[in-house]
Amino acid sequence: MKASWFSRLIPWLAPFTLLALWQLGSSLGWINHRVLPAPLAVLTSGWGLLSSGELFRHLASSFGRAASGFVIGGGLGLIFGLIAGLSRLGEALFDTTLQMLRNIPPLAILPLVILWFGIDESAKVFLVAFGTLFPVYLNTYHGIRSIDPALLEMARSYGVSGRELFRHVVLPGALPSILVGVRYALGIAWILLIVAETLSATSGIGYLAANAREFLQTDIVVLSILLYALLGKVVDSLARWLERRWLQWHPSYFQPA
Amino acid sequence: MKLDDLPSAEHAPIVLSGLTRRFGERVVLDGLNLSIPAGQFLAVVGRSGCGKSTLLRLLAGLDRADGGELRQPAQQSVRVMFQEARLLPWKSVLDNVALGLAPAQREQARDALAEVGLADRADEWPARLSGGQRQRVALARALVHQPRLLLLDEPLGALDALTRLDMQGLIERLWLAHRCTTVLVTHDVGEAVNLADRVVLVENGQVAMDTPVPLARSRNPADPAFVALEHAILQRVLQGPNAQPASTPTPAPAIHVSQLQWAL
Repeated sequence: MKASWFSRLIPWLAPFTLLALWQLGSSLGWINHRVLPAPLAVLTSGWGLLSSGELFRHLASSFGRAASGFVIGGGLGLIFGLIAGLSRLGEALFDTTLQMLRNIPPLAILPLVILWFGIDESAKVFLVAFGTLFPVYLNTYHGIRSIDPALLEMARSYGVSGRELFRHVVLPGALPSILVGVRYALGIAWILLIVAETLSATSGIGYLAANAREFLQTDIVVLSILLYALLGKVVDSLARWLERRWLQWHPSYFQPA
Repeated sequence: MKLDDLPSAEHAPIVLSGLTRRFGERVVLDGLNLSIPAGQFLAVVGRSGCGKSTLLRLLAGLDRADGGELRQPAQQSVRVMFQEARLLPWKSVLDNVALGLAPAQREQARDALAEVGLADRADEWPARLSGGQRQRVALARALVHQPRLLLLDEPLGALDALTRLDMQGLIERLWLAHRCTTVLVTHDVGEAVNLADRVVLVENGQVAMDTPVPLARSRNPADPAFVALEHAILQRVLQGPNAQPASTPTPAPAIHVSQLQWAL
C-alpha cells in the first residue's frame, strides 16, 4: 500500500530534516563545533568508541546498574505491593511508611547515599532501587485493590480460592496496573542513573559524558545524550512488548481484525 | 414434570423457614417461608428492592441470614449466573467456562460451550463477544459443573428484547436437558411465566403470592391462557403490599370473559 508506506515515513521527516540542516550549518561553519559538533563528527567518534570496544564497556556497565537497581527496587516494590494489596494487616504495616518515603525525591538522598556507600557501584544501584521501588509498589497495590469485586465474588462462588484465586483472578487483574508501574519505574531508573554516573563513576555512559565535558569533547557529550535516548527507547519498547504479550485480552491491545 | 415424586433423599426439597436478613435498620427479608422441591423451575418476581436478590444470595451462600433456617440437601452444588456475565476478561472463552474445573475436564467445557452454540468462539477473548454471547458463556460456565441448584439473578435484564427471547428459549432447552432445581429472579413477569413451573412474589420480605404455571412447554406468549396468567400476576405485583390478603390469581386454562372480548 502506497499510503501506508508514506504514512510510516512521515514521523521521520522532521528529525531527518533537522539533522540535515544541522549538518549543513556545521559544514558551512555557521555552527561552532565547540558548541555543537556536526552529526557526522558525532557519528565518527561513536564509530571510534565502538570499534575500540570502549562504547560496549560503558553501555554494559550502565545497563548492568540500571538492571540490577531495577530488579532490586522493582522486586521489593512488587513484594510489598502484593502484601499490602492482599492483606489488611500488610496494608496497615507498610502502607503509611511507604507513602511517606515515596514523597522523598530520590535525588534528595544522594548526599546520604554517598556517605553510606561511598562512590562505588552499590551507591548507584541503591539510588536506582530506591527510585523504582515506589512506582511499582503503588501500582501493584492499587491494581490489586481495584479488581472488580464482582469478579472475585463470582470466582469464589465457583469454588476458586487461595492460590488458584491469586493465579487466575488477582494477578492477571492487577497486571495492567503493575505494568504501568514498571514502565514508569524504568523511566525513573535512567534519570537517576545519569545523575549518579555523572557525579562519580569510572565507567558508564554518564561517566563518558562527564569525562568528555572535562576535555571539551562535545561530540562525545552529544553521543552520550543520544545513547541515553536510544537505551530509554529500547527499554520502553521492551515494556510495551510485554504489555502487548501479557495484555492481549485487553481491548486496547487487540490486533485490528 | 413430576420429579418431586421420586422418593429419594437426594431429591429432598430446599426449605426456607422464617428466613430473616437485615441491613442495619432495614429488614429486607422478614421471616420468609418457602419450600422448593428438587427439580423445580421457580421464578421469583417482585418490585425493585423487595428482597428477591437477597433471597438468591442467601441460597447461593454469598450472604448469611440473620435469623431463621435454610435447609438444603447435603453437598448440593450451587452455581450462580449473575446479571452481568462476570467473565474474566484475561481468559479465553473456553478457559472462562473451564474455571474451577480440573484440567482433565476441559473437554466438558468444550461440550458445554457447544450446548450454548458458541463452540466456534472458544479461543476468543470475552471482550470480543456481544452481551448476549457473554451471557451464553456464563450459562455454559454455570452448567458445566452439573449443579443441583442453578440460580439465575436477572440474567437477561441487560439484554435487548430479541436476544432476551433467544436466551429464554436456550435456558428452557438446557433446563429440560439438565433438570436441575432452578431459581430465576426476574422483574419480567412474562419471562417468569414463560420459563417457570411456579411463580412466587416477594413483597415486604415475605412470600406474598405463590402460583403454579400449569401451561405446557414450550409456551406461546400469545396463548390466551399465558396472557391471562401474566396479566393476573402483573396486576398482583402492581397492587403493592397494601392490597387485600394474598389472593392467588386464577391460573386459568379456562378463558375469561374479558379475554373473549379482547380476542374478539
